Amino acid sequence: MSSLDQGTASSPPTTSSPSRGATPSQTAGPFVSLGTGWAATGRMVDEGTSGAIVVAGLVLDGAGMPVTDAMLEFWQAGPEGRFAPECPAPWTGFTRALTGPDGAYRLVTIKPGRFPAPGGQTQAPHVNVSIFARGLLQRLVTRIYFSDEPAANMADRVLAALRGGDGSGRHESLVAQLDGDLYRLDIRLQGERETVFFAPW
Amino acid sequence: MTSVEPLDQQPGAPDPPYDCPGYGSTRLRAPKMPLQPLPLGLADAQGPVFGPHQVLPADSDLTQGQPGEPLGERIIVAGRLLDGAGRPVRHQLVEIWQANAAGRYHHDNDRHPAPLDPNFVGSGRCLTGEDGSYRFVTVKPGAYPWQNHRNAWRPAHIHFSVFGTSFQERLVTQMYFPGDPLLAIDPIYRSVRERGAAERLVSSLDMATTVESWALGYVFDIVLGGRGATPLGPVGI
Repeated sequence: MSSLDQGTASSPPTTSSPSRGATPSQTAGPFVSLGTGWAATGRMVDEGTSGAIVVAGLVLDGAGMPVTDAMLEFWQAGPEGRFAPECPAPWTGFTRALTGPDGAYRLVTIKPGRFPAPGGQTQAPHVNVSIFARGLLQRLVTRIYFSDEPAANMADRVLAALRGGDGSGRHESLVAQLDGDLYRLDIRLQGERETVFFAPW
Repeated sequence: MTSVEPLDQQPGAPDPPYDCPGYGSTRLRAPKMPLQPLPLGLADAQGPVFGPHQVLPADSDLTQGQPGEPLGERIIVAGRLLDGAGRPVRHQLVEIWQANAAGRYHHDNDRHPAPLDPNFVGSGRCLTGEDGSYRFVTVKPGAYPWQNHRNAWRPAHIHFSVFGTSFQERLVTQMYFPGDPLLAIDPIYRSVRERGAAERLVSSLDMATTVESWALGYVFDIVLGGRGATPLGPVGI
């Protein structure tokens, strides 16, 4: 900083906006990696950490083409079912990943625990996901559940509401399938088997 | 399927719809199915934590860190990050990214035939202070053409990414400059249907933020929350 610059440090910016409504969302655009890539490690824990798992998949558009310019954020409870900062550091339960030229994302984490839901129930282990990209005027919010938690998934109210009695089975779009040593889940923004997206508010 | 009515756009919410015909990239990326409501799980309501060790003071000056000074009009962009009740959001991460003064991003996918500036990357970040304030030094970005429609140009803008105190408050948006005639014909700016809400994306020239003989100052306050009311309370799912 220059000295001139520091000369104003004591004068806070005046507030200019008379209205206090919420600031609207705008698209992150095609160059989201420029501003957010510094923290996009895709890792909540180091690879090789005891208990580490990998979740990987593609982000696809309505034509089935890879979304190569997306930024994904992951937010989850720790293995004991609590969110930071209520679990021991350095766990934060947060990381980011950029999709590559093939539309692929990759997350290294520890499977979250079950945690309480309203009404004395528990939620099945899941990772919250936000998706930012060109063409998304707001973020998209979805969840990643795990195929090797059948009992917890069956008891989860969010999944139950999507399972439906009509066989629509939209919950399947949220369940990552254990495939060898990693979990696979593709995220479809649109089209047949469109992923379930949630209203985040 | 469920007794709960799926949510579409919340009436009165400031955000643009996902599906926006004027913005071509929404065509294959906007979901066609309605958004599903989520019950209010207390645990999910908290938000990511960034520590000061990850963000350095120098990260808020986009004109530094290179061999020389970037070309263009040096500016200060400052403001406050507030929650829906007007309270400061303290110690949260603010990130920005932008084109250089010629309207070119330091990014491999930007093919606009305008010069790159070897002294400008266009990426910065800071943590808000006790009063929710943030402050960046940068250069004013240029307008640039894009391929959305014939002779399409984006108004000068700076991308902002901010964290609130909860997952729900996460926001990515764009800041514009006052008096820009391109705003009237920009499909992304105009995707915000309520005029008053769209105008909250436009910064104000501020002489108290301006540093004499050095840089003009623009103020851009960011208000989180109010992204639609809580959908139907803790619903039956």
